[in-house]
Amino acid sequence: MENGTDRSAASVRAVEIGVAIAILLFGLVVVFDSYRIGAKWGDDGPQPGYFPFYIGLLICISSITVLVRGARNAVLAEESFVSRGELKKILTVLVPTVVYVSLLPSLGFYVASTLYIAYFMWQLGKYSWVKTVPVSVGVSVAFFLIFETWFQVPLPKGPLEAALGLG
Amino acid sequence: MAEINALLGGFGVALSPFNLMLMFVGVILGIIIGVLPGLGGANGVAILLPLTFSMAQQPGGTTSAIILLSCIYWGALFGGAITSILFNIPGEPWSVATTFDGHPLAQHGRAGSALTAAFTSSFVGALIAVVMITFLSPVVASFALKFGPPEFFAVYLLTFCAFVGMSGGNAAKTVASMMIGFALAAVGLDSVTGTLRLTFGFTSLLKGFDFLIAVIGLFGIGEILETLEEGLAFKGASGKINMKVVLETWKELPKYWATSLRSAAVGCFMGIVPGGATPASFMSYGLARRLSKDGKDFGNGKVEGVVAPETAAHAAGTSALLPMITLGVPGSPTAAVLLGGLLIWGLQPGPLLFVEKPDFVWGLIASMYLGNIAGLIVVLTCVPLFAAILRIPFSIIAPVIIVICAIGAYTVHNSMFDVYLMVIFGIIGYAFKKLSYPLAPMVLALVLGDRAEENFRNAIKGSQGDLMVFFSNSLVGGLTALALFLLLWPLIRTALRALQGKRGG
Repeated sequence: MENGTDRSAASVRAVEIGVAIAILLFGLVVVFDSYRIGAKWGDDGPQPGYFPFYIGLLICISSITVLVRGARNAVLAEESFVSRGELKKILTVLVPTVVYVSLLPSLGFYVASTLYIAYFMWQLGKYSWVKTVPVSVGVSVAFFLIFETWFQVPLPKGPLEAALGLG
Repeated sequence: MAEINALLGGFGVALSPFNLMLMFVGVILGIIIGVLPGLGGANGVAILLPLTFSMAQQPGGTTSAIILLSCIYWGALFGGAITSILFNIPGEPWSVATTFDGHPLAQHGRAGSALTAAFTSSFVGALIAVVMITFLSPVVASFALKFGPPEFFAVYLLTFCAFVGMSGGNAAKTVASMMIGFALAAVGLDSVTGTLRLTFGFTSLLKGFDFLIAVIGLFGIGEILETLEEGLAFKGASGKINMKVVLETWKELPKYWATSLRSAAVGCFMGIVPGGATPASFMSYGLARRLSKDGKDFGNGKVEGVVAPETAAHAAGTSALLPMITLGVPGSPTAAVLLGGLLIWGLQPGPLLFVEKPDFVWGLIASMYLGNIAGLIVVLTCVPLFAAILRIPFSIIAPVIIVICAIGAYTVHNSMFDVYLMVIFGIIGYAFKKLSYPLAPMVLALVLGDRAEENFRNAIKGSQGDLMVFFSNSLVGGLTALALFLLLWPLIRTALRALQGKRGG
C-alpha cells in the first residue's frame, strides 16, 4: 500500500535492524540466565540450563546473521516498513485495545467488551448511536449467555454484574 | 478377521439413535469451536468435558460420552479449515499450513473449491487413519513401544530440520523464530530439577508460556493489525459452496492421489508417535511443494497445497487416538484432554481396554467412521452460514474477534496475565509477519519445546552425555540422518547445481 503523499514512518532496514537487535538481546538474556543456573553436565545428568543455553546461542547467531545482512542491504533502506497514515490507523486500534485489556480486571469482561465494541463502531465505523448501542450491548449479552450459561465458563465480572446480582 | 467382527459390533453400539444425535451435536459444536479463533480442539473439549460426567454414569454412557467428545474433536479439525481459508486466521495450529494456499485461493474467488478440497481431504485423511487404527493397532503399538527418548528426540529434530530445509525462505529468520519458541517453552519451572528458568522473579512467568496464547496473539491479533493497514476492508473471502463447485472440485481431486496418500502416511505416522497434527501438516505441505511438478506455484493458491496439510492434519489428529487407547499415551493435546476424560469416567486406558471394554473401544472406532461422515455432510451444507459472518462490516467484526481472542486467552488458564501476553504476541506477530519471519516454527517449537527437551535430556542422560546416542541403532540413526540431510538440503542442492553447471559449461 505505497502512497505518494503518505510519508514513510520507518524504513524496512531500520525495523529489520531494530527487531534483530531485540532478538539478539533476548538471546543474550537466555544465554546468561541459562549459564547462571548451570549449563554444564551435572552429577546426575545435564543441568537445567543445558538445553536453553544452546537455544540461546542459536538465537544470537541467527539474529546476528539477520542483523549483518540487513545492515548491508541498501535496498531495504529505501523501502517503507510502515507509512505515517498506516501507523496512525494501527494506533487507533492498538491504543483502545490496550486500554480495553487494562480495564478488564476492574470493569469485568462484559462491560469492558461492550464499551470496546461501541468505541470501534462509533469511531472507526462512523455508526450512529442508534446502531452502536444495540449491537455492542447485544454482542455482550450473547457472550454472557454463551459463556456463563451455555459453556459454564465464568469470566471476570465487575461492579455492574454485582449490582445486577449476576456475579 | 476378528477386527471386522469387532468393528461390526462397534457399529451396533454407535448406530443407536441417541449416539447418532450426539455425533451431529458434537460435530456442530466442534466446527463452531474450530471456527472461533479463541477456542480450539483442546480447550473446547476441556470446556465441554464436565457436561459428560452425568452422562458417563448411565449404562453404556462412557461410550456415548467419548463419541460426543471425539466428534467435537473431528468438528474442530474440520472447522479450523474454514477460518484458515476464508479469513487467513488458522483456528487451530494444525491449520496454519492450510492458510498458505487456501487463503490465496479464496482471494482469487475460488473459496468454494478450497473449502471442498479441504473438507474432502480431511475426510479422506481421517478415513485412511481410521482404517489403519482398525487393522494395524497391534503392529503399530509394538513399533511405538520400542521408542525411547533418543527416538522421540530424533523425530522432533526431523520435524524442525524439515522446516529449515524445506521452508525456502530466509533460513536465519526461520531458525531465529523457531529458537525463540524453544526459549519461551523453557520459561518457568523446570520439571526435572525444579529450578526456575528465565522467570526473573515474576510469579506470572512460573507456569511458562502457553502455545494457545501465542497462537491467538500471533495469528488473531497480528492479522487484524496487518489488515488495518490496508484499510478497513476485512480480508475475508466469500465462502459460497454449491453442488456444482463441489462436484467440479471432486473431479479435480483424484489427480492429487499421490499427495493424498503421502500426506495420509505422514499424518498417520506423526499422529502415532507423539509429534502431532501440526508438524504433520507442515511436513506434508513441505513435501508436496518439493515433490509436486507445480511446486513453485505453491503459496499462490494451489488446490494441492490445501489437500496436503488437511489430509495430514486430519490423519494425524485421528491416529493420535491410537496410542491413547492402546498404550495410554496421547498423541496430541486434544488426545491428552480425552485421556483425562477416560480417567475421570473411571476407565483405564491401555492395552487392557481392548479386552475389558470391547464395546467402548470398538464403539469409539465405529464412531470415527460415522462421525467423519457426519462432519463432511455438516461442513459441506453449512458453510454458507459461516460465510454470513463475512457480510458483517469490519468495524464490528474486528472488535468482536479481539473480544473473543481475549476471552479465549483468558479461559485457557483463567489468567488475566495471558490476555496481556496475547496483545504483546499480537504486536510481535505483526512485526514478524511484515519482516517475513515465519511464525509457524515459533508456535511449533513452543508446543513441542518441553517434550523435545525432556527427550533430549533423558537420551543424553542415558548415554552419559554422548551425543552418539542419536546414532546408536538403525531406527534412531536413520531418523537423525534424515533430519540432518533435510537441514542441509538447501546447501546440498546448491552444491549439486554448481556441479551440474560446471559439467554443462
